[in-house]
Amino acid sequence: MSVPTTQRPTGTETATGRLGDITLLPDGIPKVTGDFAYSSDLWMDDMLWGVTLRSPHPRARVRSIDIGAALATAGVTAVLTHEDVPGSKYYGLEIADQPVLAVDEVRYTGEPVAIVAADHPETARRAAAKIVVDYEVLDPITDSRAAMSPDSPLVHATPTQDHYPGGGNILRHVRIRRGDPTLTADVVVTGEYDVGMQDQAFLGPESGLAVPAEDGGVDLFIATQWLHVDQRQVAESLGLPEDKVRLSLAGVGGAFGAREDVSMQIHACLLALRTNKPIKMVYSREESFYGHVHRHPATMRYEHGANRDGTLVYVKCEVVLDGGAYASSSPAVVSNAASFAVGPYNCDNVLIDGYILYTNNPPCGAMRGFGAVQVCFGHESQMDKLAAALGIDPVELRIHNAMAEGSLMPTGQVVEGAAPVAELLRRVKDAPLPAAAPTDSYDLRALPGGVSNTTHGEGVRRGVGYAVGFKNVGYSEGFDDFSTARVRLEVVGGELVATVHTAAAEVGQGLITVMAQIARTELGVEQVINQPADTSIGTAGSTSASRQTYCTGGAVQAACEAVRDGILAMASARGLSVEGAALRDGKIVAADGAAVASVADLLGEEIVEETREFHHRPTEPLTRDLGAPGDIGQGAAHLQFAFAAHRVVADVDVELGLVRLVEVTTAQDVGKALNPLSVVGQIQGGTTQGIGLALMEEIQVKDGKIRNPSFTDYLIPTILDTPPMQVQVLELGDPHAPYGLRGVGEPPTISSTPAVVSALRAATGRPLTRVPVRPEHITGT
Amino acid sequence: MDFLYARSWDEALAAKAERPDAVPISGGTDLMVDLNFDRRRPDALLDLNGVEEFTRWERVNGHVRIGAAVPFTRIINEIGSLVPGLAIASRTVGSPQIRNRGTLGGNLATASPAGDALPPLMVADATVEVGSVRGERTVPVREFFTGPKRSVLEPDELIRAVLVPVADGPQQFAKVGTRNAMVISVCSFALALHPARRTVAGCIGSAGPTVLPTPDAEQYLEAELADRRLWDSRAELDEAVATRFGELAGAHARPIDDVRGTADYRRHAVAVLARRTLQWTWTEYRRAQR
Repeated sequence: MSVPTTQRPTGTETATGRLGDITLLPDGIPKVTGDFAYSSDLWMDDMLWGVTLRSPHPRARVRSIDIGAALATAGVTAVLTHEDVPGSKYYGLEIADQPVLAVDEVRYTGEPVAIVAADHPETARRAAAKIVVDYEVLDPITDSRAAMSPDSPLVHATPTQDHYPGGGNILRHVRIRRGDPTLTADVVVTGEYDVGMQDQAFLGPESGLAVPAEDGGVDLFIATQWLHVDQRQVAESLGLPEDKVRLSLAGVGGAFGAREDVSMQIHACLLALRTNKPIKMVYSREESFYGHVHRHPATMRYEHGANRDGTLVYVKCEVVLDGGAYASSSPAVVSNAASFAVGPYNCDNVLIDGYILYTNNPPCGAMRGFGAVQVCFGHESQMDKLAAALGIDPVELRIHNAMAEGSLMPTGQVVEGAAPVAELLRRVKDAPLPAAAPTDSYDLRALPGGVSNTTHGEGVRRGVGYAVGFKNVGYSEGFDDFSTARVRLEVVGGELVATVHTAAAEVGQGLITVMAQIARTELGVEQVINQPADTSIGTAGSTSASRQTYCTGGAVQAACEAVRDGILAMASARGLSVEGAALRDGKIVAADGAAVASVADLLGEEIVEETREFHHRPTEPLTRDLGAPGDIGQGAAHLQFAFAAHRVVADVDVELGLVRLVEVTTAQDVGKALNPLSVVGQIQGGTTQGIGLALMEEIQVKDGKIRNPSFTDYLIPTILDTPPMQVQVLELGDPHAPYGLRGVGEPPTISSTPAVVSALRAATGRPLTRVPVRPEHITGT
Repeated sequence: MDFLYARSWDEALAAKAERPDAVPISGGTDLMVDLNFDRRRPDALLDLNGVEEFTRWERVNGHVRIGAAVPFTRIINEIGSLVPGLAIASRTVGSPQIRNRGTLGGNLATASPAGDALPPLMVADATVEVGSVRGERTVPVREFFTGPKRSVLEPDELIRAVLVPVADGPQQFAKVGTRNAMVISVCSFALALHPARRTVAGCIGSAGPTVLPTPDAEQYLEAELADRRLWDSRAELDEAVATRFGELAGAHARPIDDVRGTADYRRHAVAVLARRTLQWTWTEYRRAQR
């Protein structure tokens, strides 16, 4: 097999650092200087370029596709349609409902219809423009609530096997009932809340290189979150056994959920096998907005009943998520939305209905926070509203109802391990507040609008808001969620070297550092090499759900323990006493601290290598029998819960509706901070992504078409929109998790959005029931 | 695509005469976005980066003559005190990288109603020097724009320089965007006081098909300032006058609903910006006396 020029041929060596040490990411500086090789930088001298022809319509029947003129274009090697897909013509993470290339109908604007390979990307694009597709344009189904009606036309005429029975466009309905939701309460507040469609806005567009192999298979170099789930889907559509489809991780430019689904993987492999040439595909920025799933827009209706003292009596919630044209991970997202709809609060009487709908809008799926983000905006807005109705301080109301260890979820699941909701809230509330804005001078950079010079202090009011949220770590509802790691210990050039191999995708979060820290700590070795991630080893599961340090970290730990046992067995076989011994600083160290032997001397030419899987504790699917009596939607569906709380201080120009965040304070329990620097980085980044949803980030869709597919009009926070952050990291330790850790990546994204909006409400007195909050929502114009 | 290159004004005019379809490129901060997004496929580009005189500015008879390719960063750093309104607007353009490359001539030629430099040029009574092999002419900025992304430039013409009178009174510019940096204008407003002439000039950006002057608001304010003898007394400006000025300015907006904002919000925001910029300029005028 030939190897493309930017594939890192040898592993990545991380500098130093054991568990708990601040450890720098080895690829951090290359990313800043531009030296890092992303998947879009892959290159082979004889490669061709692949491009995709996409549907301009959100809903249309495809009457015919004429590829003649495109194929006749000089430089064009192949033009493929659905007829050229040798294996399964449909793919999907959970439900195979998405065509590799449109078969007889397109269901969203941007759906791939045909693919072209040519010797130059421009040639391929021009040829794609010559493909004649005869569409019978149909009225799109774009309103998710209207799509729930039994009278609605269907997005999918033939329901898939997992389809909610008889539900029309309802892809899944999660119904949770516990206790007695018919109760009445002293104080009742209702509210309706909307969340717009957020994009993951990663910087590295979808890209990869497919190389045909001599055995009739294909090698794919790809930026993804889960090599093996891509491998399965690619192999199924190519009609090849999985061992003929080999994937290697290329440099990933961010993910945030948007790389869970297949984008150009199958297309590039189809073209590579057809042309027998390497095929490179790189989406443009605009195409990228059509090339991946987004965060589900939500409409939510809430009713909270409470006693005069603030104790929650009941919560009712209906959340409707727009899944768009295809299933993606939507069934799991709506399960999460329903599970977390009440927030981290005790409430014995709950009535929750989560719906996810097929529509002709862009497909939605995984994004950091995964269903918990939308409902957190709902339940936290309600808690503020309830506090106002009761005349209770909003933080005290939350603390009064705060979930703790042993609390029951709406699903009846007992919350195990630390659940420090009250402490997190107290910590952000007790943190010192920033100084008031000066009244005798102004600095534009510190004012709403910044150097755009919209105010010199006029109309500016300060508000403080709070929110707390939580979500699950790892895959839920009975999924066998596991990872595989191989660890080798050997002497290379007189030095003891550990090599760690997994298929886990490093997407910028810092797993490669953590893996090396684990190996260093467990094996007492300095030099650790991370072998590039590929499918020559078993699956690591997805880099999703804040699970990779938990699962792959657990697998590396297990493999290291096995290697250590192997070393100790060698020592024992040579008559050394190793009872209770550990490996430290290259030596076998007895329980009393005495060095027994040098590991390098013991090993000599030998290699100790072990492979282990780490399966997290099993979870249960939620009960789905809608006809059954008693509580439903019940079960210990989740592995672990992770909590974070935010306080936001915002200055708002109430006349112009412009916002300047003054400061954000976050408190989060991470169980154990394996790399404290990365933990803080995740909390800062996650918080910022939530700020974006609160203030600016929205894919605007009208009549099934994206109106702002660019970073000119899809705005994400700049550093001038990102305030100073106080971060308080708690390490309370989960006895069930490797090293006591708790997933870190997602919780800060969940509660930062409602905390921002809470601060805006405090400053403006406006209800602000939709995110992102636009200036006109604040000014009321 | 043909790539033409000019080393002098004459060479550039000759090239443009021969290839009127050639799109001039200097900083490329608008044009390259269009090319990258495949919105434009010009048959030829005319690279003006070799024309040294475009990058110069000089003082001429009470004016600053700014070469077409002087980037925003240099306007801020080198002539900010001479053309303060333009300098404030230049600070709001894009990112530092865009300000280093983007030029005043490009802002004019693109003729977007959201061009940040355009409202302050309007209120300063700037004129544009344009030319072709057929000859040269000057066009007041007030007459330069004919519609969204359209101007009086003929296909064979190029912008040579912009003549901006040195400020004769306080100037301000304010721009609403939905984030605190690097944002395209939702709407903007520029204001200049001309105490010697006892006139004022306002201009709306990004709330109409072109940048829009605000004659009703100007006439109202000039009358109030005259009736109340405020030019001489330099007394405080009644908040009601500023508010009325804002309302009249907002009424000149001709905004639409789009992805960046609603028409109603834009009209409202223009009124707020006009009121505030008036108070800022008036406060500066009052202080100038002491």
